This record gives sequence, structure tokens and C-alpha cells, in this order.
Amino acid sequence: MSGPSRPAPGGRTPDFASEQKLVEIRREAERRGEVKASGIRPAGSPFPMASPDTGYYGIPLLKKPAWTWEIPLYFFTGGTAGAAAVVGAIADYTGADRRLVRDARWIAAAGAVISPALLIADLGRPSRFLNMLRVFKLQSPMSMGAWILVGFVSGASATAFAQFMQDRYGPSLPLRVIENAGQAVSLAFGLPFSNYTGVLIGATAIPVWNESINELPIHFGMSGLSSAVGMLELMGHRKSRALQWLGLGAAIFECMEELRIETHRLACLDPLRNGASGAVVRVGGVLSGPVTLGLRVMSFLSRGEQARDLRKWAAISAIAGSLVTRFGWLHAGNISAQDWREPLRIPHPYK
Amino acid sequence: MSVTAFLTDSTLCIGCKACEVACKEWNGIGEDGLDWSGFSYDNTGAVGASTWRHVKFVEHAPEPGFGGNAPELNSWAFSSDVCKHCEEAGCLEACPTGSIVRTEFGGVYVQPDICNGCGYCVVACPFGVVDKNRDDGRAFKCTFCYDRQKVGLTPACAKACPTESIKFGEIESLRDKARERIAELHGRGMKDATFYDASDSSVRGTHAMFIVRGDPRSYNLPPKPEVPTIYLKKGWTSSAIGAGLLLAGSLLAFLFENGRDGR
Repeated sequence: MSGPSRPAPGGRTPDFASEQKLVEIRREAERRGEVKASGIRPAGSPFPMASPDTGYYGIPLLKKPAWTWEIPLYFFTGGTAGAAAVVGAIADYTGADRRLVRDARWIAAAGAVISPALLIADLGRPSRFLNMLRVFKLQSPMSMGAWILVGFVSGASATAFAQFMQDRYGPSLPLRVIENAGQAVSLAFGLPFSNYTGVLIGATAIPVWNESINELPIHFGMSGLSSAVGMLELMGHRKSRALQWLGLGAAIFECMEELRIETHRLACLDPLRNGASGAVVRVGGVLSGPVTLGLRVMSFLSRGEQARDLRKWAAISAIAGSLVTRFGWLHAGNISAQDWREPLRIPHPYK
Repeated sequence: MSVTAFLTDSTLCIGCKACEVACKEWNGIGEDGLDWSGFSYDNTGAVGASTWRHVKFVEHAPEPGFGGNAPELNSWAFSSDVCKHCEEAGCLEACPTGSIVRTEFGGVYVQPDICNGCGYCVVACPFGVVDKNRDDGRAFKCTFCYDRQKVGLTPACAKACPTESIKFGEIESLRDKARERIAELHGRGMKDATFYDASDSSVRGTHAMFIVRGDPRSYNLPPKPEVPTIYLKKGWTSSAIGAGLLLAGSLLAFLFENGRDGR
């Protein structure tokens, strides 16, 4: 409302002009059946006008993803287990430390138990999980993911079982065959299992995910590698140079990804940087990127006990960062689904 | 068995919500609550798990003749929204159980006895139609009255529409009807009447077509809906690169370590 001063509600003194105005309003109402004058509209009116700038009253076109906490956690356990299976198989083939190979198999097997449990728990009808296996659809990343999961779980659990039996009852040829076949299967399926979740959320209508489809699978894969390396280090492999290099490589990649997120100029990527979802993504990015990288470089430059201690903290930071990153991306997707401008191709007013 | 479609002509809609009620009546869906959204006389906001038809109330600045209003009154436009039944449907492509199928009438149908509620169709729909019912656990949307069409009946909403704003019929003849109607409206001075069926986008047209006045975006009709499957190539390429990096990185790291240990 214009005018130099506006008295507090209930604190205005009536005068001639004010009473004249009320009479005018009454006359207009009698004459036209409605009143155009400003200042007398009841709260909430007039209804907002439709225009190409507001869409349909700014009601979001898209639906929010129906996924709960199980899904980002599944992304984390699956990515970690997939990468651990690959690292373990390669370590085995190159003749690395047996203990490292065995521990990598345990991580893969643990992920192979937890991941399907989480996925099933998130279903609206968990008892119908097996319906996922009644079709094989190349055009559905969820269907591909279900089959990759089945392949990975078979391979990783067979390997771990054979490993366990041989550790306990001594070597045997049939178990050796199961162990090697299982390892080959878990390597083959571990590769896509470590990063397919990036395709899964990238190939959707949710703007922030869809816009990032080129980066997401690599980002999630590197995040999985980072946490798999971290877990192996926490299990005692803090002297392995191979793990240190892998961890460094993944941390450098995560730094680049964090830089991309922080420097973007696209409005549809805002949920990665602003608000609560932006904060979660940033915490995840800083932990997996710069913090992990810094700790790893410091441990590289120091010796003995101190170096191993720094690596322990790098491992913890990498695992935490990887976990938070998945929650951040899912949160950002929920926020992005509320963006009514993006699907209608309406430019953001402040961009 | 012909391929059928809806043609929703918003210039004939009077906003009575008979279609919403008829849809709930036939399909046995509960009410959405009688709270007003605060946006005109809209109480449902959008199509969803329990709202398969949704009447949009779009207020326009006063414009003589628009919707038959007096010149000084705000003009109102109503349009009954529904699942678009895309020719290239994101939900159908995304469904990992094969629950979502294309019917013999060209519609997209979620088979409730197969859906396991994974929720992937919800994020795959470029029109924000499919919705997961939290209590039930499964995904729901307009069935295109598959049950009624199978016995030769008109979908409930079209049958209940008092002004024939919702037309139902064979898709090609409805397209012709739409063309005639647009020409007629243009002839009557409604130059802003537009036809919407998204046929110029990657969803390759819809089985629910619309005639609206003005910019379709004010009816939450996206100008360029995209079926997410067109991004699969990019996604899997990136996944392959990620897998390659992981494999090559692991090989290099362990081979290099062994090489140094060997020396």
C-alpha cells in the first residue's frame, strides 16, 4: 500500500476522507456487483493470475521421488561392495597380499547381504521383490540393476562361502573352483554394480539428476572406490601402497566433482549447492574430496605410526563422505522435483 | 479394437469436477480431502495416486469474451487434467517388473497385481502423473478405464462430462476433430487457442490431447516433455567409463606395487 504513513490496525482515527471512501466502495458494490478498489480485498484474494511466468500457480509439475532412507544407504553399500569386489579380484590376480584379498571379499559379501535387504525394504510390496526378475528390460536401469544385483550377490556370496570353508577346513578343489568362478562373476558384476545407480537416477525426469547424468555414474563409482579403500584400510591394510594410490586417485576425482558442483551456473543444479540439500552435498563433497586428499597426501609425506594414523583418518573421512554424498544427491532430487520452473522451461528470475 | 484417446477441450469445460467424481465413483477411490488449495476452486492441486482426473482452475486477467465472462470480470479457464498415456511412456519403459503395459487401446496401464512399489515410474514420468500410494505401497494412475473399454464402454470421466469437454474416441478422428475445433475457435477470434499433444517431443505424442487457450505452461503442460530413456546411452557410456577407470586403476595400482616390491 502506498502513502506516507500507515496506522497500526485498530489505531486509525476516522476522518471525512476515510468515511467518504467507505461510501464510495458501497456505491460501487451496489452498482457493479463487485469492487475494484484496492485495500478492501479479503486475505487471500484476488486469486493469483495464471501466466506463462508462474506456470500453474507454481504447483510443481513433477512428483517427488517416493524413496526413503534405504535407497541412499543402498547406493552406498552397493557402490562400496561392488568396488571392493573389483579391488579384491584384481589384488588376487596380481598376487597381492592374501589377507587383503580375503578382507575385500568379506566387504563385498557383507554388501551383497545388506544391499538387497535395503532394496527390498524400500519396496511398497516387499513380498513381490521377485517380480523384478520376471522381465529383463534393457531400457530400464532399475531392471538392469536388479539383474546386476542378482549376479553380484551370487558371485560375492559364493566367493566368501568358499573362502570361509577353506579357511576353516583346509583347501579343496571343488571349493577352489567355486572361489575362482565366484570371484570372476563378482568382478564382472561388481564393475557395473559400483556405479549403475548413477544411471538409475540420471535417466529420470528429475532435473538435477538428469542434468548430471554424464557425471553421476563416474562420481558414484569413484565414491564407492573411495569407501571400499577406506574400509580395507580400517581393517588393517594401512601399509598397502596400492590402496593408497587408489584412494588418492578417487579423492582427486571427488575434488574435481566437488569443484564442478560449486562452480556450476545452471539453475536446475541449485539444490546441489543451496539450502539444506546443498549443505549435505557439500559436507559429502568436502569429506570425500579435499579432506581425504589432504590427509592422504600428509600420510604420504610422513612415516611410521603417524603415517598409518593419518591414513586411518583419511579412511574414515572417505567412508563418511561417500555415505553423506549419496544422501545429499537423494535429498537434492527431492528438492529438484519441487522446481516448477525447470520442466516448464521457465527461466529463473534471478539467473 | 481401435486405438483410442481423450481430447479435453478446455474451452468447453465449466469446472464442475464431474469427471473427478465419476472417476472416483467408477474406480472406487477415496476422497482427497475438501481443503482448498488456495489456488482458485482447486482442492486437489495435481493428479496423483488418488486423483486420476484433476480439474485445473486458471485465472486470467480480464479479457472480453474469454470464457463468456463480462468484460470487467476475471476470466476463468478450466481444464481437466489426466494421465497423458504417452506414445513413448517413461513409466512403462522404466518399470522393472513389467507391471506397466501398453493396452490394445493404446493406453498405459499399471497392473496392480504385479506392481511391487519400487517407485521408479514416479521419477520416470515427465508429466508427474504416476504416484506411489504410501499406505498401499503400489503406484497408481489413470487406467484409461481399461476395464470399461474392454467391454466397449466410454471411460467414466468422458461419460460423465456434461459439456463434452472430455471427448473420447478413435485417436485419428479425434485429431481431426481437434483441428476443426481449433480452426473454429480461431475463426471466432480466439486466436490463442492451441492444441497440445506433445507430438513434437520425445514422448512422440499422447493419448490424452488438450485444447487450451493461451500458453499451455499455465496449465502445467510442459512445452518439451522428455522420455528419460533418451538419456540411457549417455548414462551407460558414463557407467562404462567409470567401470573402466575402476578396473584400470586397480590393475595399475597393484601391478605397480608388485613391481616396486619385486625390485
